[in-house]
Amino acid sequence: MPITTQYPKKQKTAHYDIIIIGAGSVGCAIARKFTLEGAQVLILEKGTDILDGASKGNSAILHTGFDAPPDSIEQSCIADSYQEFMSLRDKLHLPLMKTGALLLAWTEDEADQLDGILKKAQYNNVNDTQRLSAKVILNKEPQLASHLKAGIYIPKESLIDPWTTPFVYMYQAIENGAQLICCCEVSNGQFDGEKWQLETSQGKFKATTVINCAGLYGDLIDQQLLGWSAFQINPRKGQFIVYDTPANRLIHSIILPVPNKTSKGVLICQTIFGKLLVGPSAEDQDDREDASVTTETLQMLQKKGEELLPALVNESINASYAGICPATQFKDYQIHYHNKKNYVSVSGIRSTGLTAALGIANYVFLQLQKEKSIYSPLDTIIYPKRLNQIAECETRDWQKEGNQGIVCHCERATEREVVTALEDAHLPVNSLDALKRRTRVTMGRCQSFYCSARLAEITETYFKRPI
Amino acid sequence: MNKDIIQPPEQCNVAIIGAGPSGLAAATELKKLGVESVIVLEREAQAGGIPRHCTHSPFGLREFKRLYNGERYADELSHQAIKSGVIICLKSSVIAINKGAILELSTPTGIRTLIAQKVIICTGIRETPRANRLISGQRPMGILTSGALQSIIHLKHKKPFQRPVIIGTELVSFSSLLSCRYAGIKPIAMLEKNSRITAKWGVQILAKIFDVPIFYKTCLHNIIGKKEVEAVEINIKCSALKKKKERIKKVLPCDGVIFTGEFVAESSLLRMGHLDVDPSTGNPVIDQFGRCSDSDYFATGNMTHPVETAGYCWKQGRQTAQQVYASLKGELDPYQKRIHIISTSPIIKYIVPQVLALTVKGDYQSGKHIAMDCFQIRVNKAVKGRLSIRSGAKTLVQKKINSLPERRINLKLPCSILSAKNDADIPLQLHFESR
Repeated sequence: MPITTQYPKKQKTAHYDIIIIGAGSVGCAIARKFTLEGAQVLILEKGTDILDGASKGNSAILHTGFDAPPDSIEQSCIADSYQEFMSLRDKLHLPLMKTGALLLAWTEDEADQLDGILKKAQYNNVNDTQRLSAKVILNKEPQLASHLKAGIYIPKESLIDPWTTPFVYMYQAIENGAQLICCCEVSNGQFDGEKWQLETSQGKFKATTVINCAGLYGDLIDQQLLGWSAFQINPRKGQFIVYDTPANRLIHSIILPVPNKTSKGVLICQTIFGKLLVGPSAEDQDDREDASVTTETLQMLQKKGEELLPALVNESINASYAGICPATQFKDYQIHYHNKKNYVSVSGIRSTGLTAALGIANYVFLQLQKEKSIYSPLDTIIYPKRLNQIAECETRDWQKEGNQGIVCHCERATEREVVTALEDAHLPVNSLDALKRRTRVTMGRCQSFYCSARLAEITETYFKRPI
Repeated sequence: MNKDIIQPPEQCNVAIIGAGPSGLAAATELKKLGVESVIVLEREAQAGGIPRHCTHSPFGLREFKRLYNGERYADELSHQAIKSGVIICLKSSVIAINKGAILELSTPTGIRTLIAQKVIICTGIRETPRANRLISGQRPMGILTSGALQSIIHLKHKKPFQRPVIIGTELVSFSSLLSCRYAGIKPIAMLEKNSRITAKWGVQILAKIFDVPIFYKTCLHNIIGKKEVEAVEINIKCSALKKKKERIKKVLPCDGVIFTGEFVAESSLLRMGHLDVDPSTGNPVIDQFGRCSDSDYFATGNMTHPVETAGYCWKQGRQTAQQVYASLKGELDPYQKRIHIISTSPIIKYIVPQVLALTVKGDYQSGKHIAMDCFQIRVNKAVKGRLSIRSGAKTLVQKKINSLPERRINLKLPCSILSAKNDADIPLQLHFESR
C-alpha cells in the first residue's frame, strides 16, 4: 500500500502551483511559506517519512550566525530565520532552550584568533557577543578542563528540537491545504515553457514551478530535470556520540571550538532531549547514504570530549550516530532560480539548515515574487493545535493523566504518544525511524532492551517493515 | 484503563523499586516480619523482572525447592509476595528519588508522589548494548541485546532473524542460544574475545549440541548492512606464530547480531538523584547493611553486583529486608562513621560494599546481623595472585585467588575494623599482588 498523506477536505488537484521535491527541514519550511502565501503546494518525498535524509542527523542548534561567512546567503538566511523563529515560537509551540554558547580557545594560537571571530560576529550583526577570561568561563562552567585559555560568549545561541520543529512546519502547511506524498521518488520531468510535468514512482504530477529541496540528491535532481547542475554534492559525514542523561548536568552552554581551516571542529552540548552530545567528525565521502560509524572515530570523539570535559570519563554512552550533510564545492548555500524554467534549486544547505530553514523559505519566496506577484496570501491561517512535545523543557505526556503508561522507560515515551503518532491524521508514522522522531522510543540507554517487544506488538499492523 | 492496576498510595512504610527477584523477596520478607504497608513499584505491566524472559530452567531450587522455568518462577515470586500482603503497583515508574524517602512517580494517571519511611532500590541490571561498545557500521534492523531478543521471542512470540551471530559467552549468551533454539533460529557463531568461555566451564557443550561454533580470541569489528544486517566483520587474534601477533579480518554473512551480557547496574535514577554511585561502574555505594549514602535508602540485588543468578538476588533481597526492618525499629546503628574501601589495582572491576559503617554494637561483629558478611569482588581479566584488604601497612584479610572475569570472589569482612572506636578517615585499601 502506498503511503500517502492527504488533506482530507481537498481533492487531489490536477495542477499545482508548486511542487517541492524533498521533505527535509528546508522542504518543510518552504512548503509552509508557499502554502500560507496562497500557493497550491505538493511535496514529494522519497522516504517513508519527512526528515528521512540529511535532516535526521543534525546537531539541533539554533544558530545566531555569528560565525557564518560574512555577506553570504547563509548568513542572511540564518539572521532572518532566527528572528522569525522567535516570533513564531509561541504560536507554533516550538521548544527552545536558551543555553548560550561558549567558543573556547584551548591553546595560545587559538586565543589569538578570538578577536577575529568577535569582529566577524559584529560584522554579522551579532552584537551581544563578548570575550571572557578563562576564570570567568570556569566559574560559569566549572566542569571544563582547566587548561582553557579564553573564550567568547554568544548568549543567543540556543537548542531546538530537530524533529518537532520541521514537523510543525509541515503540519501547518498540510492543515492549510498543502499535500504531501511519501515514498514518491521523482524519476524524470519535462518543462513545456509554462508548466512542469514530473514523473514519479507514484504517477505523474503537474505544476507551474518546481523547487528542488532534495538535499543530498540536489545535483542529481537538477541534472535530471534541467540537464545540468551548477554545483556538485560532496557528502560530508559527521559522527556523534550521545551521552546518557546524567551527563547533561556537567555542562550548560553549548561548547564550541575555534574552527580550523578544514572543519568547524568538535562541539559539546546538551540536547533538548536531556542528553549530552559530542561531535561531529568531518569526513568527506562519495556515498550519499552511508551513515556508518567507525570505532576509531567514536573513540577519537570520546577522547576529545574527555579532554575538554574530564568528568565525561565516568559517564556512559547512550548512542552514536552519523549525519550526512550535503556540502558542495562552494562555501555558501547554492540557491539558484532558473526563471526561464520556473525552477528553483535549493541546495548545499549544510549544518545550519535547521536554523536557516524559515529564512531560506523567505528568500526563495522573494526570488519568485520579485518578478511577478502571483499568489495572494490566505485570509485565515490555521495554526496547528499544540502537538505532542518530546523536548525535556516542555511538559511531556508521561507527566499527564491518561498516558496509558510508559512504553520506553529510558526516554519516558508513553503508550498514548506511540498510538497517537501511529494514527495521526496528517502524518501517520509508518516506520520505526519515524516513530523515534515523533516519540523518542528506543533512543535511550538500553537501546530497546526493555521496550522492543511491547513496541513490536503495538506497531505490528502499522509498519511496512515490522520491528 | 486497566482495572487490575493498583494506584500507588501516598504513603507507606517501605517502598521497593522494582519487582524482580530481589525486590519481591525483600517485600515478602518485610511482610513476614510484620511491616504494615510494603509497596512494590514496577514500571512494567507485569511483575517478575528478568526471569520472565527465560523459558528455560533451572529456577527456584533455592527459594521453592522446586524446579521451575523462568516464567513460572517469576509468577511464583509475585504470587508469594501478594499472598503475604505486599501491594504491587504495576506501570508505576519512579522518575526521581528525593531526600526524605520521597519518590516521584509516573503512572498511567499522571505524576504522583509517594512518601515512604525507607526505600529499597532493586532496579537490577541491563546489558551493554551496541552503542556503548562503539562498534563500527550502520544501524540496520536486527541488532538486539539478549534481553530484547528473549522478550520478543518469549513474551511476544516473534522471530526477529534466522541466523544471527551471538556476541559473548557469558551464561546469558547461552541462555540466548537456548532462546534461539526454542524459536527455530540457528545462530551461525558465538564470538568470544578471550581464549575460553566466560561462563563456567562445561556450558559450551550447549553450543556443541546445537552445532554452533564458538570463535575464540575474536572481536566484532563492523556491522555490514543498511536496512538489514547482511554480515559482520570480525577480527581474529592469531597467535599461532608466537612472535608475530596479528589480527585476521574475516567477513561472516548473517542476518542479525545479539549483544549478550556485559551487565551494568540500571542506576541512572541514582546518578540523577542525590545518592552516591561508584563512578566507574555506576553501582550504588552501599555499606554492609545495604544502606546507600542516604540512610533512608537501601539497594540490593543485581544492581549492587552485576551479575548473579535470580536465586542469589532473592537471598540477598531477604537479607537486606531484615536490615531495613531493623532500621525501621531503630535497631540499626545510626549513620555516623563510614570507612571507604579504595582499590589500588586496575584489575579490580568492582568491590561491594564500597564502604563499611563503623558500629557501636558489638553483636554486628559476629557477622550474623549484616546483609553482607563478605566483600564481593570481580576482576577484569583472568588473574592469579593474592587479594588483601589493608589499613595502612596492616593487612586485615587476605585470600589467594585464581579467577576469571565475571566470577564472584568472596573476601570476608574484616569485623575487627567495624568498631566505632576506629578512625574512619583513613580508607582501607584493596590490594592485588599477582603471582
